[in-house]
Amino acid sequence: MNNPQLNKQGELQHLLTTEGLPAHIMRDILDRAASFLEVAEGREIKKVPLLHGKSVFNIFFENSTRTRTTFEIAAKRLSADVVNLNIGSSSTSKGETLLDTVDNLCAMHADMFVVRHSQSGAAHLIARHVAPEIHVINAGDGRHAHPTQALLDMFTIRHYKKEFHNLRVAIVGDVLHSRVARSQIHALTTLGVPEVRVIAPKTLLPTMVENLGVQVYHDMAKGLKDVDVVLMLRLQNERMQGALLPSGQEYFKNYGLTEEKLAYARTDAIVMHPGPMNRGIEIDSRVADGAQSVILSQVTFGIAVRMAVMSILAGSPK
Amino acid sequence: MNIHIKNGRLIDPRNNIDAKLDVYVMDKRIAAIGQAPDGFMAAQVIDAAGMIVIPGLIDLAARLREPGYEYMATLESEMLAAVAGGVTSLACPPDTDPPLDEPGLVEMLKHRARNLNLARLYPVAALTTALKGCELTEMAELVDAGCVAFSQADAPLTDTRVLYRAMQYAATFGYSVWLRPQDSFLARDGVAHDGEVATRCGLPAIPVCAETIALATMLSLARETGAKLHICRLSSAAGVEMIRTAKQQGLAVSCDVTMNHVHLSEMDIGYFDPNCRLTPPLRSLRDRAALRAGLLDGTIDAICSNHAPVDEDAKQLPFAEAESGATGLELLLPLILKWAQQEKISLSDAVARATLRPAQILGLDAGHLSIGAAADMCVFDPEACWRVEPAALKSQGKNTPFTGMEVQGLVRYTLVDGKVVYQSQESGLRIED
Repeated sequence: MNNPQLNKQGELQHLLTTEGLPAHIMRDILDRAASFLEVAEGREIKKVPLLHGKSVFNIFFENSTRTRTTFEIAAKRLSADVVNLNIGSSSTSKGETLLDTVDNLCAMHADMFVVRHSQSGAAHLIARHVAPEIHVINAGDGRHAHPTQALLDMFTIRHYKKEFHNLRVAIVGDVLHSRVARSQIHALTTLGVPEVRVIAPKTLLPTMVENLGVQVYHDMAKGLKDVDVVLMLRLQNERMQGALLPSGQEYFKNYGLTEEKLAYARTDAIVMHPGPMNRGIEIDSRVADGAQSVILSQVTFGIAVRMAVMSILAGSPK
Repeated sequence: MNIHIKNGRLIDPRNNIDAKLDVYVMDKRIAAIGQAPDGFMAAQVIDAAGMIVIPGLIDLAARLREPGYEYMATLESEMLAAVAGGVTSLACPPDTDPPLDEPGLVEMLKHRARNLNLARLYPVAALTTALKGCELTEMAELVDAGCVAFSQADAPLTDTRVLYRAMQYAATFGYSVWLRPQDSFLARDGVAHDGEVATRCGLPAIPVCAETIALATMLSLARETGAKLHICRLSSAAGVEMIRTAKQQGLAVSCDVTMNHVHLSEMDIGYFDPNCRLTPPLRSLRDRAALRAGLLDGTIDAICSNHAPVDEDAKQLPFAEAESGATGLELLLPLILKWAQQEKISLSDAVARATLRPAQILGLDAGHLSIGAAADMCVFDPEACWRVEPAALKSQGKNTPFTGMEVQGLVRYTLVDGKVVYQSQESGLRIED
């Protein structure tokens, strides 16, 4: 089976998932992001002309202000023309299929699609469908993948911890429904993190999750012991229905990250969260705003990482 | 019309024949094997040199999409696909629109099928009105109209008391009840086997216990009511084990598996291949191995195509939204041959799973080539290879997980009721020795 996100030369054609994404491409993205970050910090004018004349279409079939905004900023800093389409789930019920929508946008000479969709595999479907000169970036598909989030997390980890090969990383929360967690796990294992843990009740862990290369914990005290990085996941309110969890309070009692629980981790451990946070459900405000939290850095780095992905896809020189 | 099929290798599982023998067809029936009857004059001679002559295949599950889903397929297109695949009889599930829950619909369908003069159609009627799982259909009327069994197709029947009553009532008259075991609560929203691939791909999953819990209910009710139970489309190792035990305990239960589940597993979903969006879901390699073992030891009686033509637009969607199903009638024979080759079992044993055994499940005196039997036959070239190309399929459904695959075994002639209803000019590709 061909890797659908690489071209015949093994270069990045689409960014769909961190699974099967070669480590050297991940490192390229992180290095490129670092150079963009320097540019942004060192200059008055933040724009670079790498995507000048290119059209980037943000097509969001699922609402997300934050992710869409960071992609928009990233594309604009690269001097691309950006079009935002919030399609929502209603337009497909008007009869236009996902691929009809994509065909229409292709006819408007799109160069790059940034896609978010509520169904796993939607970005793969679009990538298979479009002409070879068009690039697709998966901005989150169902429970499957959110590769730019995972890459910005890797960037953040490297920024604070320098290396991957000596780390213990714990992912805490709703792994079952989380595209972020899946992408983080693949990225961490690819970059050589020797110990990746997931911590959650059994109802929030997918079957055979250990086959992804993680160790499973159900207890925060044991799971957080001596970890260097804590990756928190968002717990959506609707998970309180459907018999997955009894209540937000009980979840917070067992799995909410408090200062007491964080004390099990190494004293220099960093705490991350993909946002938006549910304070008092999965994370206590004292931790979210505390000294070990690097959550706002993630947001800043997110723009640089998305710039890096777009510029590598566009094949522009460094 | 008298037909002489000469020089072919005749395989008839029921009569334990596997030999080079000529077949003589007279008055729609098998008149003689080996020696021509006295005064036999052939109006048509089929030279089957290098070919194999078998009873026509009998498919326990082929959706024809009529009435109601003509945009997916029609009786014409799918009956032609059937005979092109060597299938001479097929049972169609009741999940049409409207469902096959009243005699008029069944009569019309049978009448339309008869007029096509292709394969024989055996409708399976709805067990409950509109497949809603609340009220029983008029079973005796439906049987009079030509139905061979009663089923819920893939519609849930959550009320176990209704199922109990339905099986009791069916048992009163000796009617067969065909059920696919799936607990609708556990399977809700699921689109893939609850295992490694669904976890990796983030697809809503259907656990194996959705099958075993429903199966346990069905087996208990069959014991309780004495109903003739046929389990459709078994998918898991645990399910196979439950059927094996039930049979050992003497319960008269039969079951089938789809050719897709014999050959594929969840791994074939790969990067969200919508052609592998099937019902039941493709399960793990371990489950596939158990299904194959179950076929070999007779726990599983028959292989069906589970033919479910789907229009292409309905597959061009993200995996979970894509319509479930794949075309299959034209692939049944090659995939059975492939299975036989892989498992190193005799062609006769293999062919029985789609001829004699399904005929027994349907309660038909068919699926064999005894003297006097209806001349429903398939003549195929076992050496000819062909590539599965959607455009070349007769079925209106073009989606199959086997697209692009090279298969072996090409149907050259199909006879139904002593008449050649399909003939292929294709010679296929030969494997160079």
